[in-house]
Parts: sequence; structure tokens; C-alpha cells
Amino acid sequence: MVNPTKMLEERKAGQSTGTANLKIEVKNFNFYYGSYHALKEINFPIYEKRVTAIIGPSGCGKTTLLRAFNRMHDLYAGARYEGEIVIHPDGANLVDRKTDPLKVRMRIGMVFQKPNPFPKSVYENVAYGLRIRGVKNKKMLDEAVEGALKGAALWEEIKDRLDANAYSLSGGQQQRLCIARAIAVEPEVLLFDEPTSALDPISTAKIEDLIVELKQRVTIVIVTHNMQQAARISDYTAFMYLGELVEFGPTEKIFTKPEKKLTEDYITGRFG
Amino acid sequence: MEQSIEAKRNNVGLKLKEFDIEGYTSSVRRRDKIFEIVGLLSTFLVLLFLFAISVDLLIDGWSRIKDPNFYKSYPSRFPEEAGFLSSWVGTIYVMAGAIFWAVVLGIPAGIYLEEYGGKGKIARIIEANISNLAAVPSIVYGLLALGVFVYRFKFGESVLTAGLTLGLLMLPVVVVATRESIRRIPRSIREAAYALGATRWETLLHHILPYSLGGIFTGLIIAASRAIGETAPLITIGALTFIAFLPPAPWEDFFGMLMSPFTVIPIQMYNWVSRPQEAFHTNAAAAGFILLVIALLMNSVAFYLRFKVRRKYQW
Repeated sequence: MVNPTKMLEERKAGQSTGTANLKIEVKNFNFYYGSYHALKEINFPIYEKRVTAIIGPSGCGKTTLLRAFNRMHDLYAGARYEGEIVIHPDGANLVDRKTDPLKVRMRIGMVFQKPNPFPKSVYENVAYGLRIRGVKNKKMLDEAVEGALKGAALWEEIKDRLDANAYSLSGGQQQRLCIARAIAVEPEVLLFDEPTSALDPISTAKIEDLIVELKQRVTIVIVTHNMQQAARISDYTAFMYLGELVEFGPTEKIFTKPEKKLTEDYITGRFG
Repeated sequence: MEQSIEAKRNNVGLKLKEFDIEGYTSSVRRRDKIFEIVGLLSTFLVLLFLFAISVDLLIDGWSRIKDPNFYKSYPSRFPEEAGFLSSWVGTIYVMAGAIFWAVVLGIPAGIYLEEYGGKGKIARIIEANISNLAAVPSIVYGLLALGVFVYRFKFGESVLTAGLTLGLLMLPVVVVATRESIRRIPRSIREAAYALGATRWETLLHHILPYSLGGIFTGLIIAASRAIGETAPLITIGALTFIAFLPPAPWEDFFGMLMSPFTVIPIQMYNWVSRPQEAFHTNAAAAGFILLVIALLMNSVAFYLRFKVRRKYQW
């Protein structure tokens, strides 16, 4: 048995101030793999410049939900979205058939479970997003690369190694490089899919600090296997179970006074 | 209950003690050793064959290999004056054509099948058939080329026809190699590019193709090494065996070069071997050795490219 209040003591989130504006609204969202109904009637909001954690046991559909936000499912046959994921301020439905997934991915960045830099130089990795957006000016690229690497707390470590192959970096550095690559194009929303599950505790702590830091600039949605991590860094938590959203609320509330028995059982470690 | 578990444990312990560890390990070690020796012997045998053929050709053909005139003269009735100028030049033209067609048709086909084509039943049937094409005897390609390129399209018994024929012969290997090396790129790399907003074309051009180029080149050169020694399909389409002129240089008359009659090294060798005079056999051995050297060089290029690309793109 775990004491959830203890988990909140290590909180790094630093209480966010000011009113939270709605950034994304998930409304009656369903998702199918072929005939398999993977996500059922999901409803919850995501607030601007806050960290929203999605937690739940393996196979509950948290990664599936995350990958719907930037339409990653479109890459594979048999995926079908139903309902709405509305992004504000313009109110576009991200999962509408008529919405070009390319436009969605231009606005919403993603960091994956395993570090996946391109087998190119550090510089080229960070500059790639800008290059495909047509930026050719060397000075602009240099500035953006430096800015993004500073933003990902990596600049001091590798400013002399910008030409080195990304795969010569350590796992934690590679993951921060992937974060730099994602923030270089200044997305409105950044998705993290269990970004620390392949990393050691020190690298994990660095990435967590970074996420808390980044929410000043960007809305963050993070899927995590690790409840302590959700407690440490998120402002809001969504708990999913078997393809359904069980409960959504401010992290303190989910961890101390959950409304549903299922949430409490999961958070206190009775299952999962 | 507890006691019976304890008893079982003791039982197992007893069995383990009785088990003849010494005898068992030495017997499996012996089996290991035997396989090692068998493997080593077969490897040596293969190497020995290759080595014996090369050395035999070298010794038999040495008097001609060292003679510069051999490379500069046309075939002749007199073995000492006969050279293989027209056939090695012909080989270069024909192989350039074959590689051109294999690249232009094979690489896009492989990319399409892997990246754009569906993954359904039809795709699987096509995949199986392309792999089967690699097993079609080369003379069948020759018959196809005779019917289609020579008679239907009226390309004649030309460098163009020969290039197309050998290109077709190379196709299946190139398509399969392209698909395989594209497939080897981890899904996470593609997803990284797509997540940044890259289109399918950009992902292909900036990532998938560069990272798989090593494997594609290897397949291409292996296919070319096979095609360079082909005789049957070229005899079928009517390659000449005695030719005392060169095709026009491509930078002077490109079309004329394409339409020119030709011969290639293996055909010249075949022609020489079938002569009764001993001296012609020496010529054949010399030409054979040169062919072997060319094929070996091509393989080392493939090896080098693979090494280089692997070092550059590793994950």
C-alpha cells in the first residue's frame, strides 16, 4: 500500500498561477482499431500552459489517446476516430477527416517513449523541424537550435559537439535532444509518451524538471506509467481504465480525495 | 504439506548429486568441437575452390594477361594477335545500361511496394512473385527480350537490348534489397519525422532513403556481379561473337552507341574456348581472370559502401 499524500510531498509542479484557459477539449471521443473499440466516450479538458498527466494500468489506452492528439494513428491502416478533439482558440476539430494531419502535427509536437533522434548530427536533429517548414536562413537556424537546446537544458553539455552524431550521446541526453527537436518549432501543445521509462533516475529527474520548466511556454500532456511522476509534475490528472476515462481533476484532488473507488484503488496500489 | 516440499527438495538435490556433470559436460563439449571442425573444413573447401579457380586462370592466361596488346586489339584468327578490346568495352556499355535500368525501375518499385503499396493479399502475392522472378533461369529472360525488345520494339541486337535484358535480370534482387533495407529502419525514426510535420515524401527523401542506401547499393552491386557473367540471355538476343569495331563513344553519338551491335567478355570467352587451338584457350583464361577481377572489385565496392553507410547511420 502506498500513501498518495506522501507522493504529493515530492511535488515539483510549483503551483501554477492565474486562471487556466482551455486549450483542448476532448468531447465524446471514441477510437477504433478495425472493429476493436479501444477508447470509449472520452470527455475531459486540457488547460493551457499546464501539465496534464494521463495515468492508468498497461493496456488502458492512454498512449492510444495521446497519439490521437497528433493523428499518429493515421500512419497505420484500420484506425478510426469518432467524436471531437477541439483545439482552442480557433476551435478546429483535430480528429475531423477534413483536418489535414500535417497541420495538426505542425501545431502539436511529440516526444516518444524511447529516445528516437535521427542518425544525424545534433544540429541537424534540432534544425530538422524548421527546415521542413522552409527555414533556410543560416542565422535563424543557428539561433533556433541554440534556443531549443537551451530550452531543453542541453546546451551547456553539448554546445561544442553540435556536429557529433546524435547517437553518440547518452540515453538521457538523447531524450532531451528529442525534446529540443520538438520545441524548436514552438508547438502549441507538446505530447510526452512515457518519456522517462527508458531512462535512469538521474536522467528522469532532469526530464521532469524540464517538463515543469516548459509549461511556462507550452501546454503539456504526458502519459506516464509512474504515478509518483504524475504526482510530482502534473497540474491535472486523468485516470483511465480499460479504454474509459474514470476520473479527471486537479492532481491534488485525484491523489487525496478521488471521487471513484477505482481511482483510489489504483493510486494506492491495490492493482495496476 | 511443508514437509513434503522439503522432502521433494532433498530428492531433487539427491538426483543432482547423482547426475554425472563431468561426463555430461565433456560429451557436449566434444559435440561442440566436432561441429566447429566440420564448419571450418567446409569454409576452407569453399575458399579453396575460389582460390584454385583464380590461380588456375592466372597461370593459364598469364602470357596474355601481361601483354598490353591483349587489351588493345580486336579478336583475330591468330590467337597471338587476338585481343578482347571489343568485348571489355561492350561489357562496360552493357553493364552501364543494365545498372541504369535496374536503378530506375528497381529502386522506385521497391520503395513503392514497401512505403506506398498496401499490405493486403495482393501486395503479398506481388511480393512472392517478385522474389520468384529472381529464380527464373536467365535464358528465359533472353527469350523474353528476343520477343519483346528485338522483334516487337525493333531495338535490334544492340547495346540497348542487352542493357534492358540484364537490367530485367537484376530487377528482382534490387527490388528485394530495396524493400529489405527500407524495412530495417525502425518505426520510431519514421514516427519522429512525421510527428515534426514531415510529409511522406520528405520522410522518404530525408530519412528513409539515405539510411537505407547502403543496403540498396549492396543489392545492386551483387545483382550486377551476377549479370556481368551472364552469357545465355545475350546469346539468345543475338550478341555477336566476332566483332572488330567499337560502338561509337556515347558523347559523340549516344543513340548510335545504344543501337550498336556488341559482344561481352563471357561470350568472347565462350567463343575462344570452343576453338580447337590451345592458344585460344590461353586467351579465354586471361579474359576469365579479368572478369573475375572486375566482379571482385564490384563486390569490394559494395562492401566498402555498406561499411561507410553503417558507420554514418547507426542506431
